Formats: sequence, structure tokens, C-alpha cells
Amino acid sequence: MTERVVVLPDTYRDSVALMRISKEVGGRAGVLAAAVVMGTPLNVGLVGDLGFELPDAGPNDLLVAIRAGSAEDADAAVATAEALLAERAPHGVDGGVVAAPRSIAAAARQDSGLSIAFVSVPGAHAAYELASALENGLHVFCFSDGVGLLEEATLKQLAAERGLLLMGPDCGTAIVDGVAFGFANAVRRGPVGVVGASGTGTQELCCLLDMAGVGVSHAIGVGGRDLSSEVGGIMTLRALELLASDPATSVIVVVSKPPDTAVADRVVADAARTSRPAVVCFLGTDRPSSGLPNGVEVTGSLEEAARMAADLAGRPLIPSADPQPETVTAGDIRGLFTGGSLCDEAMALVARRVGRVASNTPLRPDWALEDVRRSEGHTFIDFGDDRLTEGRPHPMIDPTIRNRRFLEEAADAAVGVVVLDVVLGFGAHPDPASELGPLVEGALDGRAGTLSVVVDVCGTPADPQDVTAQAARLGEAGALITRSAAQAARTALRAAGPVDR
Amino acid sequence: MTDGGILGRHPRVANIGVDVFADEMEGQGVEVTRVDWRPPAEGSETALALLSRAAPQVAAGNDEVIARLQGSRPLLVGVGTAGDVIPGMDHSTLLHAGPPIEWVDMSGPVRGAVIGAAIHEGLAATPQEAERLAASGAFRFSPTHEHCAVGPMAGIVSASMPVWIVENDPRGNRAYCTMNEGLGKVLRYGAFDREVLDRLAWIRKVLAPLMQDAIAGLGEPLDLRSLIAQALQMGDEGHNRNRAGTSLFLRELFPSLLALDAPSADKIAAVRFVSDNDHFFLNLTMPAAKATADAAAGIRESSIVVTMTRNGTEFGVRLAGTGDRWFTGPAGIVEGLFLPGFGPEDANPDLGDSVITETVGLGGLAMASAPAIVNFVGGSAADAVDATTSMYGITWSESAHYRIPALDFRGTPLGIDCREVVHTGVLPVINTGIAHRDPGIGQVGAGVVRPPMRAFVEALSALAEAAVP
Repeated sequence: MTERVVVLPDTYRDSVALMRISKEVGGRAGVLAAAVVMGTPLNVGLVGDLGFELPDAGPNDLLVAIRAGSAEDADAAVATAEALLAERAPHGVDGGVVAAPRSIAAAARQDSGLSIAFVSVPGAHAAYELASALENGLHVFCFSDGVGLLEEATLKQLAAERGLLLMGPDCGTAIVDGVAFGFANAVRRGPVGVVGASGTGTQELCCLLDMAGVGVSHAIGVGGRDLSSEVGGIMTLRALELLASDPATSVIVVVSKPPDTAVADRVVADAARTSRPAVVCFLGTDRPSSGLPNGVEVTGSLEEAARMAADLAGRPLIPSADPQPETVTAGDIRGLFTGGSLCDEAMALVARRVGRVASNTPLRPDWALEDVRRSEGHTFIDFGDDRLTEGRPHPMIDPTIRNRRFLEEAADAAVGVVVLDVVLGFGAHPDPASELGPLVEGALDGRAGTLSVVVDVCGTPADPQDVTAQAARLGEAGALITRSAAQAARTALRAAGPVDR
Repeated sequence: MTDGGILGRHPRVANIGVDVFADEMEGQGVEVTRVDWRPPAEGSETALALLSRAAPQVAAGNDEVIARLQGSRPLLVGVGTAGDVIPGMDHSTLLHAGPPIEWVDMSGPVRGAVIGAAIHEGLAATPQEAERLAASGAFRFSPTHEHCAVGPMAGIVSASMPVWIVENDPRGNRAYCTMNEGLGKVLRYGAFDREVLDRLAWIRKVLAPLMQDAIAGLGEPLDLRSLIAQALQMGDEGHNRNRAGTSLFLRELFPSLLALDAPSADKIAAVRFVSDNDHFFLNLTMPAAKATADAAAGIRESSIVVTMTRNGTEFGVRLAGTGDRWFTGPAGIVEGLFLPGFGPEDANPDLGDSVITETVGLGGLAMASAPAIVNFVGGSAADAVDATTSMYGITWSESAHYRIPALDFRGTPLGIDCREVVHTGVLPVINTGIAHRDPGIGQVGAGVVRPPMRAFVEALSALAEAAVP
């Protein structure tokens, strides 16, 4: 056995690019372990855990660590990694005569036609990029999380003063003028304008509207903390203003996790002022019985929000029938999600029936998982949570960590039902069913008649992965296929049979 | 550019971060500019995050700094004696290049220059006595930059030395610099033998009065900004190449010099001295740059660099927004070309105030204007153009006066933004001479050097503390 560790000083590649290189190098014949990562403290720890002895490396240095059966295989793997690192998407124009700009400011100076900056740098560095984009007159879509709350509030204030949209930080999804930003689906154009403080919430809503034949004008993301008391909904209110004056929008939907109460009241009041019929969806909250202004409906469910919006747009949503499990497979329900809002919606419905559901993003503080690696009875895990994505690609891009956990849960005799999500669209894994399908098939074979697997597929037929093909592949593997998180929860409960509280 | 019109307008995107997102946008027919982002310099996260909350204030400060730099018109008004004209000078004061330093930390060439200046000034009779006095604290060492002055290499200025007086029109602030002694064995490279001392005496007794009278004879001050701008169009970059500037200067001075009522032998010697020394004009470009930069110092909340300089041991930086505070890091080793018989092992660490030229958009930042010296940056004219164009990414603006023919007369990169240095990891390109590490040997080469990132990171942290409550 041979180990090789190479440090490339002051060499940077993003985590997604490195994940691909690691995977390709790790898949070579004779390679036992491969890590191609930036030398952040977190990554150094991870590579150390693999048993490698590491030389000094800083966060701006790139590490290549290979363990292989022979020296030849190890050297060949290092050479492959170096060759892949040397390949970079061609930059600039005119055969690379113009060097790629090193900053947003430089890019804006080179090209005054830029309109939006798409920021996905590691979170600790994001705030400065946002300020720089706004200073240069650019709207921003900020995928990065980890920006301080005070920075977020200040920057959103600055954006509002400049008449700019700051979508995010921690904004997963937007559709602007038919162009998908981040994780977003190929949704037909239509009359519904969406303001989303929740990424997968927005995705499911858009996909359901697509399924109903309604379509979306724009989906403006604002980031999960926009409706906190500190930020005060600055961008939600700005987005409502924009949609109110948009000729393509005739119905408005706001989707958010439960917000600060005072901010929620303002959002409802501002939605009423848009002079467009509006649906406000605060996920998991109860529908208020009274006190709503005219023209605004409020709900706590994504599925219901989609139905209401479709009604308002004049094309009622006819829901697909829930799949019917052939047998009851009693036992714990385990939800393993890549989409946070999908996890929340399904978890809330399950908890309403079964009581305690343990989670890393619990519905109640005392339902928090002690150790995210160990399930406790009915358990739902959001693998897209910030604390689990630090230093690695989002599980919608690389679901390996979630899929590995699926095998563990499926092998646990206490488990009766596993619920998974597969989120399709731009930005997501190119073919998740090809990886998950065989795992589901194998797991069900191993637990014939005692395990059910529910897979909620979020996508549209126009998505690069095609929702129909993905659903078919997973259905053939034996999974119960649903098209909304609520449907997935109902199906899981049905499969689990009568559950004691 | 700033409008609410985002909906109903096909987006044009700058992608910063994960490349896959750029691919996805391009797949949807969107035009994407990929920013070649890398993590900022280590230790700068907090300062950059803090400054993200003060971006408009910093921008306003930087705009003011640029307005002052652009509005500076340095004029050569005459020649004076250091002790009479430089503020805070006295008989036992020796000014030196770079950030503050004491004798014990001085490198070879700086010590040599101190010895030479002490003898020249009559403070010591022998090198041994000069060293003893220097070590005992008998001299007051102070940075030129803290006295409105600059000096190339060791930059030693003593009270009796003649200095150029440059006045910044219209602000009125002045800057001072000694006269360039030529190449070879000279004080600024730490030489102090009889030849050096004789030359210093000749400059004081013969050259300086001639220059003073010739300038007076012009009838009006000499516009250095205009001369530098012309020199840039004739292949100088104002730091490592000064041949055009020196020629232009002499051309301006000739009529009034010839008209002086002085011995012909002296006038001939003076003209020959200037003609034989391509770098004579450097000592005029430098105070012109200093007068320009000083006009922009002290602008609160600005992240623009207004001082860069080396003392042979440390590299020092000051920002407009951090007042008089110095931020330092170890002086670098110059990568360059060496004179025959010398090599990198002979080189002293980076030295001199001449990097004031880069501070105002000359020197390395103007490299594209000097094809004759492209060997310092890689050998081809394209390398020189790259050196300059890479600097636009870390500067706030472009010079309205100094323009580069090879770039279609684009203004040189002006106003180094400390935030962008730290943020992009791109350090200013500095052209410079290389001194021998031992005193008295002189120049051994020339080349390019990058300053230490640490100085910029520390400066930025201080600015963040000052600018963000």
C-alpha cells in the first residue's frame, strides 16, 4: 500500500469541482482512498480521519491525498488529479487574451451590461462580495450561507436604498424572467409570481403550479432569514413591490418558514396592497381564522398554497392520487431529506399523527437529535442544513451522504418506512435515480414485506433530468412515488399502519 | 445601471464561486462572466466582513482620495537646503527611507549611507566614529515620509544636503527629495568613500546652486506632472526607466542654464552629470508623487494606499483612512536581472522610498508604457501590458494625466485599494533597483518585487476597526 500527499500552494478550486475530481480519482483502479480538497481546518480534519499524515497546509492551499495498492497506481492517481486540476473552463474572450476578472468590481468595470451577480463563495467570504456587487449596481442572487445577521440586515438596507434586489444570503432558488438561478426547475411561464424565503418550498410550489398547467412569472428568492425580526422582511417587501408592478404577474404567493410575528403581519398587509390576489404560506403554521385583509389568503401548507394559487389563476389543481402501499410495514418512520422545507412539511404532518419526531431541524427544541448520526424513533433529517453542508457540496448536488444513511436506516429492523426526497432541476445532480434506484431495490429485496420506501420527486418534465423518467426509474425499484412532501407524509403514515403515539 | 428593472429583462450574470452554476446559466442561454475568485488573504475575513457594512462610506472616502490625487499638479519651484526647508529637521537628524527603523535593525546599505551622511555632515570624522555614534543614539533617525520627503534606496537626508522643492498646485503642500547622485558607488546604495563624499560636496557647492538659478530663470515653476506624462509617452514608466524624463528635464532647463552667469566649466560639468545619469529625473518624479499622495492622506474611511516604502528590512504601508499609522511586513527579495558578477545571493532585501511612484500609478503599475525594460517582467511587451492590466483590478480609478500609448492612451491604474489587494490576493507590481547587501558596493541589479501581504491585511484590519462602529 502506498500513500501520496501533494500540497499545491495558493491553488483554489470550488468544492463542487473538487468533489468531482475526488470522485473520478477515487474511482481509478487500485485507488483505495482519494481526497482532493482545499486545506481548510475542516477538510484537514476529514483527511486526517482517513488516516493520512498531512504536511502543513493553509486554507488557500489545495491538498491531494491518495492511498493506493501500489506505488504506480498512487502516482497515476496523483497525475490524474493534477491533470483534472489543470483543466479549467475556458475563461475570457478572444482565445484567453483577456484574463478573467478577479473580482465583481473588475467584472462590472469590464462589462457595464451585467445585471446580476450570482454569489456562491464559502460563507465566511460572502458578505464582502455582496457589498461589492451592490456597490457596483448589480442585483444579487446569493447562494452562500453563513453571512452574519447584522451584515445581512445592513446589506439588504443598502440594496433597498439602491433599488436593488438582494436574493439571499442562503437563497437556494429563483426564477427571473424564465431563467433558473441555483436549484430551480424548468417551469412553464404563467401568471403566478412567487416570493420565496424557502428554497425547496418555492421549488415544490412552482412544480405543482407547472403540473396544474398554471405556470410562474417570476420566483424571487429572499433567503431564509428575510422575515426575521432583525432583517424585517426588507427584501420580501421589495419583491412584493416588484411583482405588483410586473405586467406578467396576476397572482402572488409568498412562501416562508414561520416568520417573526410582527414581520408576518407586515407581509400580509403588504401582500394585500399589491392589488393582486395573494396567498401567503407560512409553512407549518395554522391558518388564522380571522383578521385577514381582503385579497389575501393564508395557509400553512405548500400543497394547499399551490391549490389556492391555481384556483386564483383560474386553473384548478387536480392533485394526483396518493399511491397505495400494498402492505403495511409497521415500524419507525425515518425521513432523509435534501430539501429543508420538504423535510419540514412532511415532518409536521407525520408529527401530527405520531407525536415526537426527532430531527436536526426539530419542530420543537426538545425534539432535537442528540447525535445527528443516530436516529431516535421517528426521525427526520435535513441533510441540506447549514451545519451538515459546511465544507462540502449541497446534497442535492451530491447525495452520497444521504444515500449512505439510507442504507443504514433500511438495514435497521426497527424501521418500517423510509421517506426520501429527490429534487430535480437546474443545479441538482444530473441523474439521481441512477444512484438511488439500485439502493432502493437492494434495500427492499433485503427486507421483503417489512420495509416501505417513499420517494418524493420534485421536478417538471422539462427539467434536465425529466421528472417522468426519474419517477419511473424509482417506481420500478419499488419505491412509492409522490409529487409533494404532504403526499409523501400521508403515504408514509399509511404504509406504517396504525402508529402509537 | 442602478435601476429596479430586473423583472422582464434578460439577466446578464457575473458568477462568483461554484463553476457549475455558471454552466447551468449558460445552458439556459444566459451570458455569464466567470469571476476568477480565490479565497482572500489569510486573516482578513473579519475585516472584509466588517467593511461590507461600510461600503458606501469607504466608496465616498475613496472618491475623495481620487479627486485629490487627480487634482494634484506638482510643480518644481526650486532648490533648498534640507535643514532649512524640511519640517522637523535639525543638525543631528538623519532621515531614512521606509517605515521607522533604528540602527540595530538597519541593513548594510542603509548603515553605509548613515556613515557617509554623518561624515558628510561633519558629525563624525571616521566611519568607526560614525558607527559608534549611531549605535549610541547620538543621531535622530526618522522616516523621510514623516517629513514630507522621499529618498531613493537608503534615502538618507542630512541637514546640509540640497533638496528639490516641489509644490502641489493648488493645495500648496510641499515635498522634498535629494538630487540623484548617479549610478555605481553612491551614498544611496551605502557607499561612503572619498569619491562619494567628494561628489556630495560638488552637488552641494556647484550643481545645486546652478539648478536653483536655472529654475529661477524659467520665470515660472516647472510642471512636473506634464513632464512625467510626456515621459510615459516616450517609453518611461517613472521608476526603473527615467531616460525620457531626464532628457525632457534637461531640455526644459537648457536655455536658462546657458544664460546663467557662471563658469562654463561648471555648467558643462552639470549638464554632463545629468546627461550621464538616466535616473536623474527619478528624484523629481518621486517628490512629485509624494506631494500628490500627501494631498490624499488622512481622508477618513478611505481604503486607498497613500504610502508604500521600504527600509531594507521592512516594507511599510499607510492608508488614507488610517492616518499616520504604519503597517509593516518583511521586505521582499527582488526578482530581477543582475549586473555581471552579481547574483541573488548579493541582493539586499527591498529598499527605498521610490515605490511612491507606484503609489500614484507609475512604475510597475505603468509597466505597459516602457517596452524597453520588459526584460524585468518576463521579456515580452505582452508581459508588460499584463502587468499593468492586472493592476486595474486592485485600483479604484485610472489616472486622468498619466496615459499609456500601448493601451490606447488609457490612464494608468490609480489608487491602490487595500481591500481589493487583500480580497483578490493580487499585490502591487513594483519595479525597483537592487542594492548589494554590503555597504559601499552599490547597485547590483534591478527587477520586480511584490510587497508582503501581511502589511495590507493589518492595515485593512485597522481600517475596519476605525470605519465600522
